[in-house]
Amino acid sequence: MTEDQTFTIEVDGQQLEARPGQMLIEVTDAAGINVPRFCYHKHLSVAANCRMCLVEVEKAPKPLPACATPVMNGMKVFTRSPLAREAQKGTMEFLLINHPLDCPICDQGGECELQDVAMGYGGDISRFTERKRVVRDEDIGSLIATDMTRCIHCTRCVRFGGEIAGLRELGATGRGEHLRIGLYIEHAVASELSGNVIDLCPVGALTAKPSAYQARSWELSEYDGVAPHDGLGSNLHLHVRRNRLMRVVPRENEDVNQTWISDRDRFSYQGLYSDDRLQRPMLRENGKLREADWQEALMAAARALKDASGARIGALISPSATLEEHYLATRLLRALGSNNIDHRLRQGDFRGDAADPALPWLGQRIADFSNNQATLLVGSWLRKDQPMLNHRVRQSQIDGALVMAINPVAYDFNYELDVDIVCIPSAMTKELAGVAAALGVDTLGIEAVPDPAHHGIADSLKSAAQGTVLLGNAATMHPDFSLLRALASGIAAAAGVTLGFVGSGSNDCGAWMAGAVPHRDTGGKAIAPPGLDAAAMLEQPLDLYLTFGVEPEMDVAEPARMAAALGAAQLLAIGSHTSPWLLEHADILLPAAAYAETSGTFVNIEGNAQSFRGVAAPPGETRPGWKILRVLGNLVGLDGFDYAESTEVRDEVLAACADLAPDNRIGDLQDRKPKSAPGEWERVGGVPIYAVDALSRRAHALQLTPDAWGGELRLNTAAAAALDLGEAAAVRVAQGEGSAEFEVRIDDAVPDGCIWLPTAVPGSEALGAAFGPVAVEKA
Amino acid sequence: MSMRSQPMVRVEKCEHKEALFTPEVRAEIDAWVAKYPERWQQSACMPALTIVQDMNGGHLTRELMDQVADYLDMPPISVYEVATFYSMYEHRPVGRHKICLCTNVSCMINGSDGILEHLSNRLGIGFGQVTSDGKFSLKEVECLAACGGAPMMQIGHNYYENLTPELVDQILDGLE
Repeated sequence: MTEDQTFTIEVDGQQLEARPGQMLIEVTDAAGINVPRFCYHKHLSVAANCRMCLVEVEKAPKPLPACATPVMNGMKVFTRSPLAREAQKGTMEFLLINHPLDCPICDQGGECELQDVAMGYGGDISRFTERKRVVRDEDIGSLIATDMTRCIHCTRCVRFGGEIAGLRELGATGRGEHLRIGLYIEHAVASELSGNVIDLCPVGALTAKPSAYQARSWELSEYDGVAPHDGLGSNLHLHVRRNRLMRVVPRENEDVNQTWISDRDRFSYQGLYSDDRLQRPMLRENGKLREADWQEALMAAARALKDASGARIGALISPSATLEEHYLATRLLRALGSNNIDHRLRQGDFRGDAADPALPWLGQRIADFSNNQATLLVGSWLRKDQPMLNHRVRQSQIDGALVMAINPVAYDFNYELDVDIVCIPSAMTKELAGVAAALGVDTLGIEAVPDPAHHGIADSLKSAAQGTVLLGNAATMHPDFSLLRALASGIAAAAGVTLGFVGSGSNDCGAWMAGAVPHRDTGGKAIAPPGLDAAAMLEQPLDLYLTFGVEPEMDVAEPARMAAALGAAQLLAIGSHTSPWLLEHADILLPAAAYAETSGTFVNIEGNAQSFRGVAAPPGETRPGWKILRVLGNLVGLDGFDYAESTEVRDEVLAACADLAPDNRIGDLQDRKPKSAPGEWERVGGVPIYAVDALSRRAHALQLTPDAWGGELRLNTAAAAALDLGEAAAVRVAQGEGSAEFEVRIDDAVPDGCIWLPTAVPGSEALGAAFGPVAVEKA
Repeated sequence: MSMRSQPMVRVEKCEHKEALFTPEVRAEIDAWVAKYPERWQQSACMPALTIVQDMNGGHLTRELMDQVADYLDMPPISVYEVATFYSMYEHRPVGRHKICLCTNVSCMINGSDGILEHLSNRLGIGFGQVTSDGKFSLKEVECLAACGGAPMMQIGHNYYENLTPELVDQILDGLE
């Protein structure tokens, strides 16, 4: 019998279709028949150790666990028969033997699977009068609170670690009465997906630490949301009490995030309630910033925009701003006579703009990544940059796919890379050209002799029926991004796989659609001559800059130079948070609502527009960003800025983009000269997982995890010896005109002659681009 | 969950396995690894723990468990799970002679309580303790499948059955 054939089974008198190989519980779940369970989870392996899903099967001598009983043709099942009920009741009584009955003081109370199932299937009294066991708690980090006495040993968290996170950290040690779930050796768990065990835990053993004891589940209202930190647009449930976002949990969407979300998406909401939220409009008067009311501030902003000459205005918009905000900012700028608008704030190279496709995207649907047979990551720490996409790549590898990488650091992945080329940043073009040469395509004049590793990559990509070459965030920030992209494009075409981009924020596709780039207008219409891109706005300083959701010392490619350029000009900053830099340099500060506080739309990196409502109240006088831009449009006298709802704005953009299809075809590259050259020391940049935007940088709990980047710089043992560091723990780094001192951490993942020093981390404000030559000396 | 770590779980591969254990211990573990298919070396976890425990004078330490994990390309927690599940692995020092006395049903009916009393009086220790000279330790175990000769105890690799206080004295006197 093949997989596609179905047969009929009977459950509680209902005839149900089933496929061979399915477990009984899958069939009953699909039919909406409730079978109680604790250890079963559809995305985890079957353990069958809680015994809660026992059901009666005709001709079976005893009750069988529905989660581990394969369906058979003509099977007759009774889920509520006296035998099944008796078995479920007995199991429940055993499970409660060691479980403390202190639900009123348990954080899980009210949303506890054990509580619910005990109500539905348990007895009304316990015959157990002996002592219960007590288990010592371990501190497993800043995200997950433990109360292991409550644990019922379902092992979902243990299986999650092995099967989804790819790291065995939690385990079941001991036996019988002494069995316990824990780390054995206490440490902070180091997975970017660890928070999912909170949802998996059916009892109050693992709960969310940042929101512990702050709200009861029945006080919370649940709203739909979309994650604001990476291009996946993971679907969220936002739990709100009295207009305050109390916590975030995943909303199931098999096409995007399945039943999981990353810790960044789960805990970044803490950044909404940081002390440095911008709460009132502010104006600079005689060099000093003062609070102003909206009327005054908006008039001042409109006057500044009107007074500046159109072409002398530049706009830097966060790639995580909503589609509506991108569109209104674009319209405002273009109406004022400027095409100087960009959302590609961290991109390291704009020479390829003329070759840009109209709407770069992932190249494939997110779900299709699981079925790829070969993936080549170019300049990507996919695991930390786009955790849920990495999960798909990992799934493909478990199914036998090859995953290869060309990276400037031996990044830590939760799977083993089949080919792992680690090189200094300036050699990345050459390595990629090696793969191109192995496939016999244009190497853009870069001399490359393919070695076995290059041939290996080329052959794997070529033999894959479905695969991808994925350009990651480090590649985008690279000074030769245009070359890397052209090479990757050639490789993908020659090997018959797709080319993909991951995006740097939550709404890169939306920004392209809205036209928040200097060379394309809404709907992807080309603009000639183009305006200034993010880098050119530095080369040719302007009179007035408008920033939206940007911290210029953190969120741009060259923090020191950008800050200087913006500091010297007039600066109109719209954003959710203040920073010391903004308070010192901005001339007009307008407080805009952050994620969860504003309605809007994110177009995820597969081109899927997902709208959401504002569900939490922004602090102080903060207003939604799209309304601020709308009023600015009205005040400078523009037509057609009379939107009453953000949905009107969205509908207008989407209508303008009706003919715009995602597209990764790269045009011919004119300037083919590599910009990066080997220096004595090269900086390897990137942005750490919890430093990508204002919110995640301010999420306190995330900053306490092992993934948070402290004030350090990393280099390898040989580099430390070359610098003669000895006992010294600090070095001074000079780049361009800036310099700063950093603590040193030895990390042999960094190639020789390089320092790993990301942008958007403390100390990096004073320096330049993420990649490039630097001077390093012992401090 | 698959019984095999990889490819499901990424394991930090130890690069200097020759630095772990002595050549003799490695050879013994390798002989067990060779009995299983390639990439299933973690099947040798239990014998490896036994070998390493014997080498260490009868008990395991966290360092030794970590080394076994390194040697067999396993996540450390998987080794901890095995080592804490089975009762023959010790996590605290034991005597040169580990006396495992069965107190399960058959032995209890046939007088294991008296044997325990005699052992405790003679050695001055109870279950879970070691004599001050480090020669003996006493451990309570469940059925060792020798009910026909109850009451019984195990010392080292030997079973001693049909115990009486006199026989126990005779056995202990004969040990180094």
